[in-house]
Amino acid sequence: MSYFLRKIGFYAVALWAALTLNFAIPRMLPGNPVDILLAKLQQRGGTVTPETREAYALLLGGDDSLPLWRQYIDYLGNLFQGDLGVSVSYYPAPVSEVIAQSLPWTVVLVGLATVIAAVLGVALGAFVGWKPGTWLDSLIPATTLLAAVPYFWLALLLTYLLARVLGWFPLQGGYDVVLTPGWNAEFIGSAITYGFLPALTIVLASIGGWLLGMRNMMVSTLSEDYILTAEAKGLSPRKILRSYASRNAVLPSVAGFAISLGFVVSGSVITEQVFSYPGIGGRLLGAVSNNDYALMQGLFLFITLAVLGANLVVDLLYGLIDPRTRARS
Amino acid sequence: MTNLKPSSEPSVADSAELLAETSTETGRRPRAGWRMLLPTMTPWLAIGLGLIIAIALFGLIGPHLVGDPRAIRDMGLTGPSAEFWLGTTQTGQDVLAQLAYATRGSLQIGVIVGLLATALSAFFGIYGAYRGRVVDEAFSLFTNVFLVIPGLPLVIVISGFVPAESRGLWTIAIVLAITSWAGSARVLRAQTLSVRNRDYVAASQVSGERPWRVIVVEILPNLLPVIASQFVFAVIAAILGEAGLSFIGLGASNSSTLGTMLFYAQNGFALSLGAWWWFIPPGLIIALFGTGLSLVNFSIDEIINPKLKNLRLHRKRARRAARLERELAQATRRNGGVPTQTAKESAR
Repeated sequence: MSYFLRKIGFYAVALWAALTLNFAIPRMLPGNPVDILLAKLQQRGGTVTPETREAYALLLGGDDSLPLWRQYIDYLGNLFQGDLGVSVSYYPAPVSEVIAQSLPWTVVLVGLATVIAAVLGVALGAFVGWKPGTWLDSLIPATTLLAAVPYFWLALLLTYLLARVLGWFPLQGGYDVVLTPGWNAEFIGSAITYGFLPALTIVLASIGGWLLGMRNMMVSTLSEDYILTAEAKGLSPRKILRSYASRNAVLPSVAGFAISLGFVVSGSVITEQVFSYPGIGGRLLGAVSNNDYALMQGLFLFITLAVLGANLVVDLLYGLIDPRTRARS
Repeated sequence: MTNLKPSSEPSVADSAELLAETSTETGRRPRAGWRMLLPTMTPWLAIGLGLIIAIALFGLIGPHLVGDPRAIRDMGLTGPSAEFWLGTTQTGQDVLAQLAYATRGSLQIGVIVGLLATALSAFFGIYGAYRGRVVDEAFSLFTNVFLVIPGLPLVIVISGFVPAESRGLWTIAIVLAITSWAGSARVLRAQTLSVRNRDYVAASQVSGERPWRVIVVEILPNLLPVIASQFVFAVIAAILGEAGLSFIGLGASNSSTLGTMLFYAQNGFALSLGAWWWFIPPGLIIALFGTGLSLVNFSIDEIINPKLKNLRLHRKRARRAARLERELAQATRRNGGVPTQTAKESAR
């Protein structure tokens, strides 16, 4: 049981570190975000009461009347009430509402694309690793080329070829704008058509890592004694591949899933920008270019929270599927 | 906190035994001394080195050979021609000239961030693991926290808060280095833990060597291939990270990198105007440079992880044995149980 407790404890520390980082960044860096933000708010027709000012000062720093530790405690208190302030660029919507609107887009797009890339990459990697030294090995350099390609450039390239030259897919956006979002076949179909290119970009750019990791583990696993035993017992190669080698070789990939999620989220932030996709990443960049610091902070916190949560789930699952992890700690 | 099992990670220390084993199999002597730290020349390594050298030369010498990248001409967006090999941008600027300067900028930031990130990871990974106990626990926790906090959103937020005028090359380099060292530190820690408990390290400690000397002279040389491979990865990651940051307009101000080129191409509607000569070359250079570095890393991998090399030998032998067996079986079947030399030859 202590394994699970340790893991939960670690993620609690990581969460605290992220919150503190969020508190510290605007206070350490030059510039006065509160004044910029309030000026923008007034431009949009918002009334700036002393309370609003105080709330933003807690979020972003700049209020010198309170000692730092006091600001920190109030900041944490505000966060636990879910109060992230009002978004300037989407005035008068509160930050949490903007996040809630854009969240499903990113979760579906990035989640689906990551799962597809992981399953495909691991399956291909197992196959390539099963026969080292054959022509299949020459696939490896090809995948490194894909892994070294910048996400957003691959996105540009795919858009150019598939959307502009061939005209198979729409250039940008998340759905056909004449439709109203809702759970009907027409809208979902449109969302799938629009999401295909961004998803393809993420799958292509991230599949190489999975393939390579699985292949290397497979090569190491094949030299284990239990594989030799299985061969000696006369089991069919297919059974050894499925039940003996792959199952053991896939473990680091499962652990890697969590870490790679962070990279995928990062990569998809810029990919969303290329496609003007209405997800979290596009909102984050929009917030940066509009100096919408409250939304920026909220989105950063939210992305971190999501990545930490996914990591925690994978770690706990890992403890279940690989009992050695629990035994060691 | 680590999920990667130390046993599954390649250990440098195993390499000596395995190399000896290989040499008895192949009948060749293992290479001696420092040459063991150098990768063997393979076609892939040659291609990788070729790509790196070509692009580095283009970045170093190119800017002296091309014209002014900012010069505006009264010709607008034109495709590749004899005068402008890669065409011109919307304002008639020479794309090839821009590409040369941008390559130099990207390489510069890649090397700076690579060095910074490697230094950080070496400090937190090696020093923490060497000191052990509380220091190790604290450093390891710190590393793992940095590992799970998503890097790019953090970089974006930091860059968003720094005003554009004070966002110089070094600011971006430091921000990128701070968000990218954690993964390597974790691997280095695992490696150091295995090297730290060797007898010769204990011997030098007993003979009164100072800690920094033990680390630099006894431990560091064992980790050099790992650090080299991590440096290579750090450079790729830095170039990619910087390109992403510049592409969304948050890069270093007044610098020109491949990312800024793509930023201007995207904002100049290169995509919808079909100006492929504007946005394909910068990305291609990043991709080719990254591929070159990865190929070099594969060769370094063979030193760090001799299993990869030996296993190939084993496989080759196993395949040969299987083929002979198959031929023998075929021959047996044809000749009714008496395998003869001629039958075996005809089976081929």
